[in-house]
Amino acid sequence: MNDTALTQLQEAFPSATCTQVIDTAVLDVQTDDLTTTLTALKENFGCDLLLDVTGIDYLTYPKPPQKERFRVVYTLRNWRDNLVVQVRTGVSNPKIGLPTASSIWESANWGERECWDQYGINFSGHPDLRRILNHVQFEGHPLRKDYPVDKRQVLMESDSLEAPLKARLASKDTGHEAMTELGTDVMFLNIGPAHPATHGAIRFAVALDGETILANVVEIGYLHRGFEKLAEKHTYNQVIPLTDRLNYCSSMMNNIAYVKAIEKFANIEITERAQFMRVVLGEFYRILDHLVCLAAAGVDVGGLTNYWYLYDEKEAAYDFISKLCGGRLMSTATRIGGMYHDFHEGWEKEMEFHLAAIEKGAGDSQGLMEKNRILQDRMQNVCRFSPEQAISFGLTGPNLRSCGVPFDLRKDAPYYNYDAFDFDIPIGSNGDVYDRFMIRYEEIKQSIRIIRQAMKMIPGGPVNVNDPQVHLPKKAQVYTKIEGLANHFKMVFEGVHVPKGEWYDGYEAANGELGFHFVSDGSGTPYKCKVRPPCFYTLGSFPAMVEGSMIADAIVNLSCLNIIGGELDR
Amino acid sequence: MAAKVKQLPSRGGTPAEKVYLIEIFKGMAITLKHFLRNLWDNSNLYVRHYPEVQPDIPARWRGRHRLLTHPDGTPKCVACFMCQTNCPADCIMIKAGTRIDGVTEKMPVSFTIDLAECIYCGYCVEACPEDAIRMDTGIYAFTSSNREEMKIGMTEMLSLKGGFPEEEYQKGLEGE
Ligand code: SF4
Ligand code: SF4
Repeated sequence: MNDTALTQLQEAFPSATCTQVIDTAVLDVQTDDLTTTLTALKENFGCDLLLDVTGIDYLTYPKPPQKERFRVVYTLRNWRDNLVVQVRTGVSNPKIGLPTASSIWESANWGERECWDQYGINFSGHPDLRRILNHVQFEGHPLRKDYPVDKRQVLMESDSLEAPLKARLASKDTGHEAMTELGTDVMFLNIGPAHPATHGAIRFAVALDGETILANVVEIGYLHRGFEKLAEKHTYNQVIPLTDRLNYCSSMMNNIAYVKAIEKFANIEITERAQFMRVVLGEFYRILDHLVCLAAAGVDVGGLTNYWYLYDEKEAAYDFISKLCGGRLMSTATRIGGMYHDFHEGWEKEMEFHLAAIEKGAGDSQGLMEKNRILQDRMQNVCRFSPEQAISFGLTGPNLRSCGVPFDLRKDAPYYNYDAFDFDIPIGSNGDVYDRFMIRYEEIKQSIRIIRQAMKMIPGGPVNVNDPQVHLPKKAQVYTKIEGLANHFKMVFEGVHVPKGEWYDGYEAANGELGFHFVSDGSGTPYKCKVRPPCFYTLGSFPAMVEGSMIADAIVNLSCLNIIGGELDR
Repeated sequence: MAAKVKQLPSRGGTPAEKVYLIEIFKGMAITLKHFLRNLWDNSNLYVRHYPEVQPDIPARWRGRHRLLTHPDGTPKCVACFMCQTNCPADCIMIKAGTRIDGVTEKMPVSFTIDLAECIYCGYCVEACPEDAIRMDTGIYAFTSSNREEMKIGMTEMLSLKGGFPEEEYQKGLEGE
């Protein structure tokens, strides 16, 4: 963000307080001005991507910045000019709450639902304010500071989803009322949560005319583990193993995104080698994530062969990963200020071997799929989304790019020397399922290109900052020196002290922008840690994508969106 | 040097693609190659025939925990509670007592890890200032039919041996 943007914002919103936090412009507004501010930011400042909506509960915060207990933060992005704006407002009465933004951005629908579910903040005028991550029977709002972390509730009844589905059906002009005249009726069908095609625990309820979906609602939260609540009870470093379990197909990317956000705010400059390491491994995991998506999507259209070609290489890559991180799926590889381990000996050769194998496997698979007419007929012009729709629903990553929007944080807000690499950002031309599928083959190729360049450029040296306030001292010092031991003790017991403040930082993960919104009270434990998982908003757009298509199309679409339950439900 | 945007064409529509048999045969050629390669010798495949073929466990592997001993057989652990503090899953339970062998002041009276809750993150190993706990047994599979059995105690952890030669383990730690 440049200085002029901040001045312009202050000029445009004289009654708001504008501040700058790292690269983000933060606007504090009165509740009455909220809707006009948000609309103006979208219309006049190009902030057409609503990244996230979250609440903050200041109940136990030392010297809170406002008199109200709750605050709601809208995080917006102008992706063309790399401008992130956060609009914050205090909530004087959570029961009355705030006016909804869901008429400005479609993504606000799910974002505000989550905020209501977790914090109990009402959004007046919201079309569908229900629980989303927690079950319908759940009582209380778990992210409120007075909700005990270990409080348990037994929930017995499943949600029939009948009311929301019927409401959605009624809100649509599908002409289904005429069906009774033909002697037939709308059929209601439940798919999931444990249906093989949902690839995880997600539940869909659909209203059907024959095989055509008239209305669809989604129930998520089956894998909700309260990541954000847990994070408030652990030191910053202790949360890293928990981030593995967000998008478990690319665990390392979560690790990197998480520590990157903290390092950025705490002004921790990691070593060159660590930066390159994160690039190499991040891209490697992007490839693995795409392999999973392609393989599974292939199976869903009936092409099992494809699966073997892609999974064979993925399996081989796990050997590399376990050598490097000590585990196959859960990498737990980063630490604040660097990495846990440096690469193992001989990694370059192994990496090159895996890249070649992946090139071959993905190439063979693409050879089977790309020009195959069965696949084309199955995927082309199915579940199309226009660029405007995609942005309004808050899609990011390959799913957004397949709709023709060239937004990629690696290009638009480069970090870790991404501007030094030569690579292409593929975008789709139709915004259909076929584009969502094919774009991942291309991204695999581009990631391989980046890894090869980064491997040539990676310097030697340490992978960790040499600062006892940030990183655990070397073991040799702990065993032999009293000073090392003292630092070690302090670090384990208190954690890394992150300065007081609130900030957002995004990272281009395999599925899109993975963002972290932190509130720090200056201690070694996050006061609040909110994840902006790309899948969450992607799945929010799912009903709009599939309505009007057939069930089988919806299934293929679901696999090509690559929804990962772990990060969806947190 | 920078990122460039590249639009992917939507395929389809060429006569060769429309007559779908041509592409089907091309695809069959790819599958046939794989078939012939794997027919007599499938050692090229990376996917193992688990459990007949066991994976190589690398030295950095985070496996079952063990407690280390001094050469005289006494536990290295000094009951400092660092591992318990650093454990994100809260699954280590230590009771400290006065040391009877005179090596240091304290030692654990009991040391239990609930493996059903452990997330195998390795933070206990990272936190230990005495190199008293390691996850280098190379054991990665552990099952039980009840929760109580998933709790392992001090005697069991002291009796487990490391799965790797010391140099290999130390080398794995390099760059930490
Ligand atoms: S591996 Fe992690 S979860 Fe398991 S006991 Fe050690 S610190 Fe706790
Ligand atoms: S195992 Fe290590 S960290 Fe844990 S109590 Fe014993 S000496 Fe301390």
